Amino acid sequence: MTTLSGFPSTSGISPVVASPGYWQTVFRRVMADRVAMFAGLVILFLLVLAVFGPLIAPLDPYQASMMKRLRPIGTEGHLLGTDELGRDMLSRLIVGARLSLFMGITPVICAFILGSLIGIVAGYAGGLVNTLTMRTIDVFYAFPSVLLAIALSGALGAGITNSLISLTIVFIPPIARVAESVTTQIRSRDFVEAARASGASAFTIVRVHVLGNVLGPIFVYATSLIAVSMILASGLSFLGLGVKPPEPEWGLMLNTLRTAIYAQPWIAALPGVMIFMTSIAFNLLADGMRSAMEIKQ
Amino acid sequence: MFSFVLQRILVTLPIMLGVALVCFALVHLAPGDPLVSILPPDASAELQAQLMILYGFDRSYFEQFVSWIWRAIQGDLGTSIATGRPVVDEVLKAVGNTLRLALVATVIGFLFGCLFGFVAGYFQNSWIDKLASLVSVLGVSVPHYWLGMVMVIIFSSLLMWLPASGAGPGSSADWAWDLEHIKFLILPALTMSVIPMGIVSRTVRALVAETLAQEFVVGLKAKGMRDFGIFMHVVKNAAPTALAVMGLQLGYLLGGSILIETVFSWPGTGFLLNSAIFQRDLPLLQGTILVLAVFFVVLNLVVDVIQTMLDPRIARG
Repeated sequence: MTTLSGFPSTSGISPVVASPGYWQTVFRRVMADRVAMFAGLVILFLLVLAVFGPLIAPLDPYQASMMKRLRPIGTEGHLLGTDELGRDMLSRLIVGARLSLFMGITPVICAFILGSLIGIVAGYAGGLVNTLTMRTIDVFYAFPSVLLAIALSGALGAGITNSLISLTIVFIPPIARVAESVTTQIRSRDFVEAARASGASAFTIVRVHVLGNVLGPIFVYATSLIAVSMILASGLSFLGLGVKPPEPEWGLMLNTLRTAIYAQPWIAALPGVMIFMTSIAFNLLADGMRSAMEIKQ
Repeated sequence: MFSFVLQRILVTLPIMLGVALVCFALVHLAPGDPLVSILPPDASAELQAQLMILYGFDRSYFEQFVSWIWRAIQGDLGTSIATGRPVVDEVLKAVGNTLRLALVATVIGFLFGCLFGFVAGYFQNSWIDKLASLVSVLGVSVPHYWLGMVMVIIFSSLLMWLPASGAGPGSSADWAWDLEHIKFLILPALTMSVIPMGIVSRTVRALVAETLAQEFVVGLKAKGMRDFGIFMHVVKNAAPTALAVMGLQLGYLLGGSILIETVFSWPGTGFLLNSAIFQRDLPLLQGTILVLAVFFVVLNLVVDVIQTMLDPRIARG
């Protein structure tokens, strides 16, 4: 039996944490989904670039050369040409994976932790705590995400830490909402009632019975937010609110290459291809995981 | 119905207050002296104190907040530190430009999104459905500021068909619906329309598929209704949600236009916000965000009410 929204089956003999059978099925289904697997491979490839980038990059991504500015794609020694300061584009794109992915993924991880915590507490506590928390969350929901991100980092000032803080604040409300609604559903289930009747403390119930059942759906939801986060984080750098030069980061590279849009249009567009690719991959993977969790019986 | 609208308005009021509080807090979140951008580096302490009093920064936060809200309700958002002009004038002028862009983008996105969504929902799992799904994934994944740059590269730099930036020929700020001005609108509007297009087509596809799977459709077919008649039933079932999504998308575009406006130098709220941030013009920043957020909240309210009017199942449920 599965609930309408596709949450783990909680009926049956063992109420303890989502049954391994369910997650095995989900995993098998994701593995069988060719699109999701391809997206997963792309993400793996990007992660390899992020970790080993400086070792893979053919040239020093910081080495500028006034003599070799804006060389076209296919120039000897510079496969993808050079940027407005004569730095090797290929090397900068590869090394840029680290900072770009870091800026995109970190806020979602932080928001996943904080948002889940807020949502689960609100959902489990119910009553006044729930009302107060969720109404506060509603206020942040009243801002379009792009506006909130830019307003916060604009007020805090440019920089990596401030961008990460702003984006984390942007993503806490949606995650907390999902966590709250899932927890509220789980809370009213018989096995939670049974645990309570048998004298388990609130902490134990949340740790044993609630967490195992709510983290999965929240995790899948958070994965789909990474695509948004990548676009927003690079967008902040693109506006000059995120990473500062000369660091290689895709959004910032797009910004500084804007001046070259008439001289070397395709080079100017390259960093965006990386952002686009990353965002598509995360969206497709999240879609695959979501449909794998909707197991109809 | 009346009680529903009233109830929705009552829920919205505290949210508005919260939104105002967040906008107010933003300024005080900002590190450093709010006057730093207008004070000469060698300003005397006396001048600084005078300006602090003039802008009201010397009073308690609570006093400042109450007086700010009170004046905001009366339509006074203070004076821009950078230009010395009333913030309201600057914001309203910019909102007009952004609204024009966002409305055109929403309409384009909605029309194409519905088209893709309907076709995909009708021919599920066909190649056309897969293509529509691909378009919608691309639409929600594309960094739109980059798409804007690509548009400029193709249509301005290579083909030289359309202008790359600005909102009209010359430096005139007045808009007119003539060919000369519309040329400037095409690229930013098309770029912006990709976001609602992806989301609307996803939503409509799901709605159409859901409606077609319902028993009453089988009943209508059995009764001998023609395809067009059934299509009208599907439209009627899908319209309220699709329209609601469109309304919300308009709100997102209004608030999220900053990146696209920066790419195209479109003189809207995003552009204003950008200059407010980099000149550290806090009253302007505060005012612009407040207007945009209030607009978004009101839009949500209107969308909710219209959706309920179109689809009585919601109020009952």
